[in-house]
Amino acid sequence: MNHVINVQVENKPGVLARVASMFAGRGFNIHSLAVGPTADPTLSRMTVVVDGPEMEQIIKQLYKLVHTVKVTELTSGQGIEREIMIVRVNAEASKRGEIIEAADIFKAKTIDVGMASLTFELAGEPDTLADFQELMQPYGVIDLAKSGRIAMARDAKSKDGTKARLRSA
Amino acid sequence: MSKTMTGAQALIYALEGQGVDIVFGVPGGAILPAYDPILDSRIRHVLARHEQGAGHMASGYAHATGRVGVMIATSGPGATNLITPLQDCYMDSIPVVAITGQVATHSIGNDAFQEAHTWGISMPATKHNYLITDVNDIPEVINEAFHLAATGRPGPILVDVPKDVLAATMTWHDAPPTKLPGYKPSVKGHPRQVKAAIEMIQQAERPVLYTGGGVIRAEASAELRQFAEMANLPVVTTLMARGAMPDSHPLSLGMSGMHGCYTATTAIQQADLLVAMAARFDDRVTGEVKSFAPNAKVIHVDVDPAEIGKVRNAEVPIVGDAKVVLGQLLHQLERTLDDAAPPARTEWFDQLAEWQHDFPLAFDQDPDGPIQQQYVIAELRRITNGDAIIVAGVGQHQMWAAQFGGFEKPNTWINSGGLGTMGYAVPAAVGAKAGKPDDTVFAIDGDGCFQMTMQELITASVEGIPVKIAVMNNGALGMVRQWQKLFYHERFSATDLTNHTPDYVKLAEAMGCVGLRAERPADVGPMLEKALAINDKPVVIDFVCDPEAMVFPMVVAGGSNDHVIMGPEDLPRPDGPQPEDVI
Ligand SMILES: Cc1ncc(C[n+]2csc(CCOP(=O)(O)OP(=O)(O)O)c2C)c(N)n1
Ligand SMILES: [Mg+2]
Repeated sequence: MNHVINVQVENKPGVLARVASMFAGRGFNIHSLAVGPTADPTLSRMTVVVDGPEMEQIIKQLYKLVHTVKVTELTSGQGIEREIMIVRVNAEASKRGEIIEAADIFKAKTIDVGMASLTFELAGEPDTLADFQELMQPYGVIDLAKSGRIAMARDAKSKDGTKARLRSA
Repeated sequence: MSKTMTGAQALIYALEGQGVDIVFGVPGGAILPAYDPILDSRIRHVLARHEQGAGHMASGYAHATGRVGVMIATSGPGATNLITPLQDCYMDSIPVVAITGQVATHSIGNDAFQEAHTWGISMPATKHNYLITDVNDIPEVINEAFHLAATGRPGPILVDVPKDVLAATMTWHDAPPTKLPGYKPSVKGHPRQVKAAIEMIQQAERPVLYTGGGVIRAEASAELRQFAEMANLPVVTTLMARGAMPDSHPLSLGMSGMHGCYTATTAIQQADLLVAMAARFDDRVTGEVKSFAPNAKVIHVDVDPAEIGKVRNAEVPIVGDAKVVLGQLLHQLERTLDDAAPPARTEWFDQLAEWQHDFPLAFDQDPDGPIQQQYVIAELRRITNGDAIIVAGVGQHQMWAAQFGGFEKPNTWINSGGLGTMGYAVPAAVGAKAGKPDDTVFAIDGDGCFQMTMQELITASVEGIPVKIAVMNNGALGMVRQWQKLFYHERFSATDLTNHTPDYVKLAEAMGCVGLRAERPADVGPMLEKALAINDKPVVIDFVCDPEAMVFPMVVAGGSNDHVIMGPEDLPRPDGPQPEDVI
């Protein structure tokens, strides 16, 4: 099962290398990893999607890195998860209408139009992206890029949200 | 003080500010600026003959004194030569700081002369590391480096300093207190867990206090002993914890694990409670994990939360410093016991005594036969009364030294446990002696190990650091040969060293040491006495030993600790079933 972890790290040179090296050295698998700044310029946020059962060790090993400030595990459904995808599909004239119609249902944005291809942008929940990708598959996916997931815990006070499980080792 | 100085001066000044009195290193181009202010400093620089030697010296110094050891090397090959000692310190939680020169910042990434990506190479071998790019950062970085090395779970820190940063000028400022929002090691155990631990201990019928090297790092030996006595717990000491509890103490069971004694290993197997005190369930201790201490509940005390549950689940996890947590446990136990006595556990102690009687650690020394290494160690122990600091290499001699050394005090047993680094003993002994000049420092080294770093005896002679080295000359990479004998049908591939070349006596003399040799058991005592009487020079004794001797007890790598092999008669026969996964 995939687990999503948010890692707040000090915004220092090399911190991504430290995290990646720890994962490699300990034999933990990274499914995706996205890094970016946070509202606090001294901190960065990494959203790491990992497979495998060793969650507790992964979290503890992340905490062992001197620059790790906070690690939060978001169990499935308890976090807000988003990803962006750019996908280019074969689109000969006869199929164009059909493809665009499908894209419309997903509210995918057409961002490039070629002689024989269409390129869409779609942002949303990872499952939605996966569905759209599946839908495009029969037309022939020429190229595809994903940002990697970003996530945060739901506001504990929000109506539908359950409180995210916070763990600190 | 606000004084203008170079980065190099600031670096040395910062080291002085940390109380550093000695550093071990080898200079070179990139680190050159830092060597000039050393001349004006009260810090002593010991010039090693190889950076690996400098690194192990820093480690031996830290082991023996409990203070942070410091190693210095230049960029490129100097820095890469430090990787083995850094990883060694990482595995054994030894506090050291490495200072490495780096090519000038504008050359970094250009494949400059003697450039290596030291920061990247050392990252997985250190607790934390730095590349300083601004001369003004020197006070903070050095302050942080020493703080990180010595606090929490101790470990190695590397600071890489480019040459232009060393040459730049700055105005000195004292480093403010460290600001590390992500680094707050827990010191005190959770009171609820402490209480739960004492309840569990009081109820246990067959408890074992399984003690790791962290007790020595935390300087908690006195508390450990007090706790064991008050709670009436038998104590097992791992390879890294030898000396944490006096071997002569009635509650001491000795070392457990792959070459541990029968009683210690079996006590853990049969225990209903393991109190793991700053120990990490290393594979050399557990053997096959799934059959390790199958009926034991676990209380695990460690300063590093990641160790808890890594190998074995703990019913009562306690994150904290061993010394502080032992203090809490003692306090809680006092309150619980009040006037009552702890459980007597007569049956358990009778059982342990029976095993000790039936399966003692023993050896035979035929007075007319070849020298047995155990005999050399037992004689050394007898003559020094357990007062010497013993440093070991890696191999058979190390295991015999751990078994028969008879350790009574912490920091008197120094070895490379986690990494198993051959070549550790000579330089580590030099570092230990440099830190504890009034103590006798005796290395028990293998002939194979000795040949890896023996040049540091030149350092010892020239610098006036009179260590004593016993070369256990069995003419072989003995431990590997033992495995070939047991598991590879006696096909001895690349384990023969010959016991005549080099001539260790001549070699010792050439390096400015006194060289002695013992070829018969009767020579052993006198040669040790002779070596102990020489205090103005390093001494090397060539003990020509039995090449066929094997270390027992033994648990086959990856095998269950239920099967302790006491001697050749218990062995799986070469034509019989072989251990599947020899690691
Ligand atoms: C640097 C290094 N290389 C290889 C090994 C593998 N190894 C473990 S013990 C050993 C033999 C050690 O020989 P020696 O120093 O003569 O000790 P003995 O076992 O004979 O007492 C070897 C090669 C190691 N531990 N470290
Ligand atoms: Mg040997």
